[in-house]
Amino acid sequence: MNDAQIIKIMASIIAQSAPLMLAVTGETITERGGVINLSLDGTMLLSAMTGFVVALQSSLMLQGMGIEGNTLPVLFGFMAAALVGMFAALLVAWGSIKLRQDQVAIGFVLTLLLANMANFLGQNYTSIPGPSVKYMPIPLLKDLPIVGPIFFNHNLAIYLTLLVVGVVWWWTYKTQPGLQLRGVGDRPESAFARGIKVNRLRYIYTAIGGALVGIGGATYSLSIKIGWSDNHILGIGWIALAIVIFGGWHPIRGAFGAILYGATKALATELQKTFPEVPVVLFNSLQWFLMLGVLLLAGSKGLQQLVDVAPKPIQRSLARSLRVAAPQALGKVFTED
Amino acid sequence: MTDQIIRRIWPIAPISLALALITLLMIVVGANPLTVYQALFDGSFGGREQSLSTLAFWVPLLLCSTGLLVTFTAGLWNIGVEGQMIAGSLGASAVALMVAKPNPSIPGWVILPLAIVVAMLSGALWAALAAILKTRGRIHEIFGGVALNNLAAIATIYLISGPWQPPEGGSLRGTVPFPTQALFPLMGTSRFSPLSLILALVALVLVALALRGTFWGLKLKAQGKNLRSAFLLGVPSEREAINAMMVCGALAGLAGAVRVLSWFDSLRQSISGGIGFLAILVVLLAGTRPLWTLLIGLFFSALLNGGTFVHSRVQLHSSLSGLIQGTLVLFVLLLGDYTRIFRRKKTVMEAISDHE
Repeated sequence: MNDAQIIKIMASIIAQSAPLMLAVTGETITERGGVINLSLDGTMLLSAMTGFVVALQSSLMLQGMGIEGNTLPVLFGFMAAALVGMFAALLVAWGSIKLRQDQVAIGFVLTLLLANMANFLGQNYTSIPGPSVKYMPIPLLKDLPIVGPIFFNHNLAIYLTLLVVGVVWWWTYKTQPGLQLRGVGDRPESAFARGIKVNRLRYIYTAIGGALVGIGGATYSLSIKIGWSDNHILGIGWIALAIVIFGGWHPIRGAFGAILYGATKALATELQKTFPEVPVVLFNSLQWFLMLGVLLLAGSKGLQQLVDVAPKPIQRSLARSLRVAAPQALGKVFTED
Repeated sequence: MTDQIIRRIWPIAPISLALALITLLMIVVGANPLTVYQALFDGSFGGREQSLSTLAFWVPLLLCSTGLLVTFTAGLWNIGVEGQMIAGSLGASAVALMVAKPNPSIPGWVILPLAIVVAMLSGALWAALAAILKTRGRIHEIFGGVALNNLAAIATIYLISGPWQPPEGGSLRGTVPFPTQALFPLMGTSRFSPLSLILALVALVLVALALRGTFWGLKLKAQGKNLRSAFLLGVPSEREAINAMMVCGALAGLAGAVRVLSWFDSLRQSISGGIGFLAILVVLLAGTRPLWTLLIGLFFSALLNGGTFVHSRVQLHSSLSGLIQGTLVLFVLLLGDYTRIFRRKKTVMEAISDHE
């Protein structure tokens, strides 16, 4: 394998992990606020289907009106997908905050229901071509050695994903509202005592997180695995939920987790080429072993030991960046009276 | 008084809302709802053959629901029930293919119990894996369960396309048919086995009694209600969690055996048919009320069976039954409790009179 091939694979890993990155970032925000939206697997399927179908239908409609081009239809697709994701997330939040029902139960029922709904409503749209996000290399930047082809030779959805991860990190850790977000998820009582409307913030961040999850789903159907088919991306939502834990509820680490997943996928593809005699299905199992592996790592003392053997000066910063701690009030309902 | 009555009949509201939404979705995909509902009924209870096949779906669903009663009582989210069912079918298939097939002289009354026991053991072991990942690896049982479900499904595809491939090869549909002595005795030409239904009912009664009237049941309940206090009071929570998971896994494994040894006569892809997940929905609705488990289970099996019929008669996607089941459960879960929806802040006077 030569350098050009390696760079090409790395570029494809970045592209392939983008939708997962969006979902992980979205769920990270939601859980940071204290709400668990377990419905990701169903939500992503439904939003992938919705995004594709809305883009397809609106492109047909616009063509009828004499407007060519895919930019608007794709935008409509993403907007519809964001609404789907937001709606599903708000259902979970409303069911738990207002109706005092189990978040996990609602999330799980939604997981099954929305997946079925996606297959049911998408049944007339399977395996047909449709619009997709336009390939858009960034001039000048794409000519940089190594970095250029890996990061700046994609479509707009990929760049925006990377931007979103950065913005969410900055918002969560560097701004006043971000501090409130973390407060609401960690110590709702203290936040409330300081005059923060805990449940209102939880609704808001659950909705934003859900919208990102929905956009992630549509990024699959409009940019990575274009189109719709039965159970198009089944399982990816669960991977996203696991990566949120592995990422220690931190957007940047979550993004790395997504890239790790993309790399595993790419590795599986390469191994498949190298060992054609091994049955293909066995390579599919790699992602699930990876999921168990990263969760074991997140739950074990291994990371702490890694900190202990590290050289003294970097121990503190290493410990901080490796710390895996769930928001303390995650999944707990807060009553404001 | 009127409040009581409203509370009683209130659940009709979320059910009607759910049905309205489902009907709307049917119209959206261009189907005539009346035709679809008719087909659903014809396919589930329209005749002797359809009713028996509904019962054939009911048995594994009951077995999984019964197992989940145990894990839910212990406060465990055993989403891995689906994979435990698959593990059970793999165990039963192994007995059928590797013991029964090379030795046609072994009679059915030896082979079938053997297959059942191996299936239950496989399910229990698969569940123990999820439990140990939880207690030792600190992986929540939901995530361990999801990963193990997928790994079990992958193992099935591997076996069908590899070691257990039929001699003519190629097809990914399933293994060769098992010898008849390994199968459950079936009723007429249907795929329903009365013996399996008896096993399922016995399991449900035993589990319901054990949860209600034994020390084991009490310990599980204590653990489910408050893990920390149960532990402080001396309930060995790790061991109880593993036991509860294994009981559920064994029953799910039996369900898997019923699937391969009566519904099919061979190991197929997607052998579970989503029945494990469906059982979770049943238990979410029924809670720990065994009678409701039976009724809701029967209704959901009818939908499952009717859904496949709808698929062949009006070419609607077979996800229809899942859509109906999910919508009903979601609406009842969210809106089923009248008091929670119309809860308002109590005035001081009301709070005082409530207290008295």
